[in-house]
Amino acid sequence: MMYAAAAIAILITLGLALTRALLGPTVYDRIAAVNMFGTKTVLLIAVLAFMSGRADLLDIAIVYALINFIGVVAVLKLVEHGNFFTDGKSADEVNKK
Amino acid sequence: MIVEVLSWTCLLAGGLLGIIGGIGMHRFPDFYTRLHAAGTTDTLCAALFLLGLGLQAGLTLASFKLFLIFAFIFFTSPTASHSLANAAMLGGLKPKLSNSGSSSND
Amino acid sequence: MRTIITAVLIFAFWLLLSGHTEPLLIVLGVISSLLTIFLASRMKVIDGESYPIEMLPRLFKYYFFLAKEIVLANLDVIKRILKPGKSISPKVIRLPAKKHSDLSKVIYANSITLTPGTVTMDLANNELQIHALAEEAADDLAMGRMADTIPDDEKSAS
Repeated sequence: MMYAAAAIAILITLGLALTRALLGPTVYDRIAAVNMFGTKTVLLIAVLAFMSGRADLLDIAIVYALINFIGVVAVLKLVEHGNFFTDGKSADEVNKK
Repeated sequence: MIVEVLSWTCLLAGGLLGIIGGIGMHRFPDFYTRLHAAGTTDTLCAALFLLGLGLQAGLTLASFKLFLIFAFIFFTSPTASHSLANAAMLGGLKPKLSNSGSSSND
Repeated sequence: MRTIITAVLIFAFWLLLSGHTEPLLIVLGVISSLLTIFLASRMKVIDGESYPIEMLPRLFKYYFFLAKEIVLANLDVIKRILKPGKSISPKVIRLPAKKHSDLSKVIYANSITLTPGTVTMDLANNELQIHALAEEAADDLAMGRMADTIPDDEKSAS
């Protein structure tokens, strides 16, 4: 019962974050909303682990916490440079070498 | 019994904080201020949730894992927030400031 | 020395995550810990910056201070979200980093970001550029209470 209430609160937050991600207006707003969505998903998985009594779901929550962070940084890098090259070279420049 | 009440309170307060943070995401006028609202939900809300769950678990492997999640969130969340703010700044997004003339809130 | 401490920490981490005590699995855990240490030393990331073991006792004291600050700042931001009408006054300020070692500077910048209401936008040339949700938060930060509490390493000055 208590876990269900907590899960519903998290779901409402997820909905609010998702609408912000859809509304924008800038790409950074969307990424911030996705970052918040990811953090709340980690909490939701943790609550679900206790709700269903399966402690192994907590491992998934740990992994998701790490993947969420790396994903956000990777997407930011892509937005900033337009590619994943560290020095911002385009594919054509690299191909010429 | 006391532990039960404490963890109830923590979970409910955490849920409430999350919703408030979500409202803040919609109420604040520009990206940088919204980042603050997202930061609220990242820190105290997550801490309250994990504390509430940890009180339920007691001193077991599960509560250690909850502590790990807590530590990961607390180390990665400022890094993500900073890289977001830095990327937005380098991308040329100007923050709306209070002394820049027209009212910026709502 | 630092490598050995790191190896022990990583193995303890593995043990707590897996929760297994069978001999075969323990051996596999030791092998994977050693492999991690080998890769980390090849990447040359086992140094004072990645594993600040010497600073830990002083850092613990700082974490308690930081936790209190985070709770107070959270309550302030929540009040501003719920207050009807104009409740925020965003501001961008510049502050000197005031720290010697790079690690302390990063801890300072990250602490500022972690407390809601203030976000570090840039750290360059010993100067922090900070976006604050309200003028009160910016003024509080400018007083330097947080900066004075962070442990600093004079030796590894950059």
